[in-house]
Amino acid sequence: MIKKNGPEQKKGKNLVADQTKQIDEIKESTGAHIHVAPSPHISEPLMTTRRMMTDVLIALLPLTGVAVYIFEWYAVKQLLITITACLAAEIIFVKMRGRSFTLMDCSAAVTGLILALSLPGTAPWYVGVLAAFVAMGIGKIIFGGLGMNIFNPAMVGRAFVMIAFASVMGASAYEMPGSVVDALSQATPLTALKQSSIGVPLSHLFWGTTNGSLGEVSAAACLVGGLFLCFRKTASWQIPASLIGTAALMAGLVDIIGSYSGYFLFHHLFGGALLFGAFFIATDPVTSPLTVKGKIIFGAGTGVLVMVLRLFSGYPEGMMFAILLMNGVTPLINRWTIPRPTGEV
Amino acid sequence: MGLFKLKGFPGKGTFCHGIHPPDKKKYSAERPIEVMPFPDKVVLPLLQHIGAPCQPVVKPKDHVRFGERIGIGKAFVSASLHSPIAGKVQKIANITLPNGRHLPAIHIKNEGEQVSHGKLWKEMVTTEWPNDCISIYDAETISKIIHDSGVVGLGGAAFPTHVKVMPDERKMIDTLLVNGCECEPYLTPDYRLMVELPNAVVTGALLAGRAISAREIIICIEDNKPQAIARLKKATQQTVIKIAVVKTKYPQGSEKQLVKAVLDIDVPLGGLPGDIGVAISNVGTMAAIAKGVILEEPLTHRVISVSGAGIAEPKNLFVPIGISMGEVIEFCGGLKENAARIIAGGPMMGFAFSDPATPVTKGTSGITVLTHDEIAVENETACVRCGRCVDACPMNLVPTRLAMAARYNNPGLAEQYHITACFECGSCSYVCPAHIKLVQLIRTGKAQLAASRGNR
Repeated sequence: MIKKNGPEQKKGKNLVADQTKQIDEIKESTGAHIHVAPSPHISEPLMTTRRMMTDVLIALLPLTGVAVYIFEWYAVKQLLITITACLAAEIIFVKMRGRSFTLMDCSAAVTGLILALSLPGTAPWYVGVLAAFVAMGIGKIIFGGLGMNIFNPAMVGRAFVMIAFASVMGASAYEMPGSVVDALSQATPLTALKQSSIGVPLSHLFWGTTNGSLGEVSAAACLVGGLFLCFRKTASWQIPASLIGTAALMAGLVDIIGSYSGYFLFHHLFGGALLFGAFFIATDPVTSPLTVKGKIIFGAGTGVLVMVLRLFSGYPEGMMFAILLMNGVTPLINRWTIPRPTGEV
Repeated sequence: MGLFKLKGFPGKGTFCHGIHPPDKKKYSAERPIEVMPFPDKVVLPLLQHIGAPCQPVVKPKDHVRFGERIGIGKAFVSASLHSPIAGKVQKIANITLPNGRHLPAIHIKNEGEQVSHGKLWKEMVTTEWPNDCISIYDAETISKIIHDSGVVGLGGAAFPTHVKVMPDERKMIDTLLVNGCECEPYLTPDYRLMVELPNAVVTGALLAGRAISAREIIICIEDNKPQAIARLKKATQQTVIKIAVVKTKYPQGSEKQLVKAVLDIDVPLGGLPGDIGVAISNVGTMAAIAKGVILEEPLTHRVISVSGAGIAEPKNLFVPIGISMGEVIEFCGGLKENAARIIAGGPMMGFAFSDPATPVTKGTSGITVLTHDEIAVENETACVRCGRCVDACPMNLVPTRLAMAARYNNPGLAEQYHITACFECGSCSYVCPAHIKLVQLIRTGKAQLAASRGNR
C-alpha cells in the first residue's frame, strides 16, 4: 500500500474536529457528557448499603413470624410500637442535625426490628418508645449517625430500659400466669434453669414454644435467618462461628464437669438470646472489627463473656451486656489486628 | 484455598482475596486481529514507559524512514522510540496523555512511500518462528537488540524490557513468567495474540529466557481462555516452556499476585520480582522481542482491542503506535449514542480521556467505551465498616482506614496501615457498598505521604 502525501493531512485534522463535534453532539442529544474520572470506572452491580440492610430485614422474617405465632397480639403490638418509634426518632434527630433524609438506607428499620425482637412482648408501650429514642439518639445519632457509633444502637436502647424499668423488664416480668398465650404462662427457660433448675425439653427450645424476648425463642428460625445472612456475605460467618464455638466450649466444660450428658450444653446454645445475638446483633458491621482475625477475637470474647454472665452473674441472660462490652473494645481490636500486607517481612 | 495445588507448580493457582468482575470479553474476544490503515499523522510522546524520557534525535522538517530511531533512551531505565511511518517531522510539542502527564511529543506527518501495514502483519503471521535454533543468539546480543528495539512491557505498565532481561551478576534470575492472564475486563489483545501468533510468543519467550539464562519458562494463562491455552500448549510441545493455567480472578495479572499463584512466593514489600529471582513479562512483549530479534524490526506497532457497549463495532486491531485514539474509534464505527466514558486500557485501571487526538502509546492495551448505565454513579453513603474492601484487597490492606487517613490528611496513620503497599488495582472501590471512592482517596493519601516526607 502506497500513500501519497497531500490532501489526506487535511482530512486527518478534520477527523479530529469531526469527533470533537460528535462528542459535543452526544452531549447535546443525551444531556450528558463524555466523563473523565479516575479508575476504577465500574463498580459491583446492585451492591449497596441498602441491600445489606434489606438482607437483614429478610433474614429476620422467620424470627418475626415465630414471634407473632407464639405471642400473638403481644408481639404485633410490640413490633409496631418499637419500629414506628425508631423511624420517628430517626426522622426527628436527623432533622434536628439538619441532615438529609436517611430512612431509605433502611438502617433505622433494622435497628427498630432488632430492638423490638429483643424486648418481651409483655413490656408496656412506653418501654418500646423510650428504648427506640435512646437507641437512635444516644446509640447512634449522637456519634454522628450511621457508621459512626461505637455501640450497637438497639442494645444501647435495650440496656437503658432494662436498667430504668427493672420491674417490667426483669426476668419475672416475662411471666403472665394464666395468660391465654401459652408461652407467657411459663418462666423463661434460662430463668427456670438458673433459679429452680427446671429444664425445658430441647425440642421446645429448638422450635420455639417457650417464653422469652420476641426474637430469641426459636433456635431454628435464628439458624435459618442467620445462615441466609452468612451465605449472602452480609454478615461475616467468623463472628457467629467463633461466638457459638466459644460459648459451646464453655457450656460443654460445665456439662462434662456436672455430667449433664449434653443437656446443659444444648440448653445454653438453644435457650436465650445466644443464637439471635450471635447471628443478628454481634454481626452488626459498624460495631464489630474489620479484619478476619479481629472478627474471631470479637466473637470469641463475646462467647466467653456471655457464658461468664450466664453462669456467675445475677442475670439469667448475658448476651446484651456481652455484646456491648465487646463493642467497647472493638476499636482496640482493630488496632491490634492491622493485617500484615502481602510480602511484608 | 486450603489443599488445592496447581498441578506441576508450587503455587495454588490463585492468590488471596481479589474480586470477580464480569469479564465482558465477549465484545471483542472472537474478532480476529484486523490491520488498521495508515494514519496521516502520528504523535509520539517521548515518555511512553516507566523511567526517564528519551531524547529526541530528530528536528522539525527532518525526513524519517519507517522504523528509524527518533528518540534515544540514554538513562538505564528508559526506552528508545522509533517512527512507525515514513514521513516528515512537523514539530516537537507538548501534549497531554490520559494519565495526566503533560510532555513533549514528536509529531510526524505521513509523507513518501509507506511499507504496507497489511504486509507488516502478514509477516508476523507467516514467519516461521523458530523454537530450536535460538542458540545462535547469545544473551548479550538478545539483550542489546531488545534495548535497541525500544521494547517495553506491553501489558500496560510499559516498564522497559531490557532492564528486566539484563544479565545481572547480583540478581540471578532463574524463572521467567510470561504473563497471559489479561485479568482486566474487556481487554482482549493478549488473548488474540496468543490465539493468532502462539509461535511468536513462544520464540520471544525462549529468547527472553536465554537472555536471562532462566532455568524455567512458564506461560501463565487464566482458565477462562481455553482456546489460547490449547494453542500455546501445541506451540510449546517441542520446547522447555511450561503452561500454568491459573484461576480467573482480578487482579491475577498483577506481578506479585501471579508469582504467588504460580510459584507460591511472596514478593517482598517494596521489592520487585527480580529480588526473588523471577522476571515477569507480558505475552505481547514476547512477540515484540521475537519480532525485534528474528525480523530485526523495532517496536513500532502493537495490538489493541477496541471494546465496550459504547462502541459501534468492537475490534482487535494492529495499529501503529502514535495513531490518534479518535481515528481508531472512527475505524470501529465510532461511538454509540449512549457512550459516556472513553478509557485508555480497561475499566479497572485504565485512564479516562476526552480528547480524540490523544495518541495510542506503547502501553495502551485497548480502548474501552462504557455507557451511561455502566458508569452510573451511586451517591456515596457512610462507611458501615462492613470489611468488604478488606476481603477484596489482594495486598491484605485495610482500604477503608487508608481512605479515612487520606480524607483527614493523616499520613502517619496511612503509613501505619501500609499505604505504600497499595498498587491501586481498584478492587476496594469496586466492592464498596457505600460507593466510597476508596482507591481514589488512597492515591491522594500517597501524595500526602510523599509531601509530608518532603517537608521533614
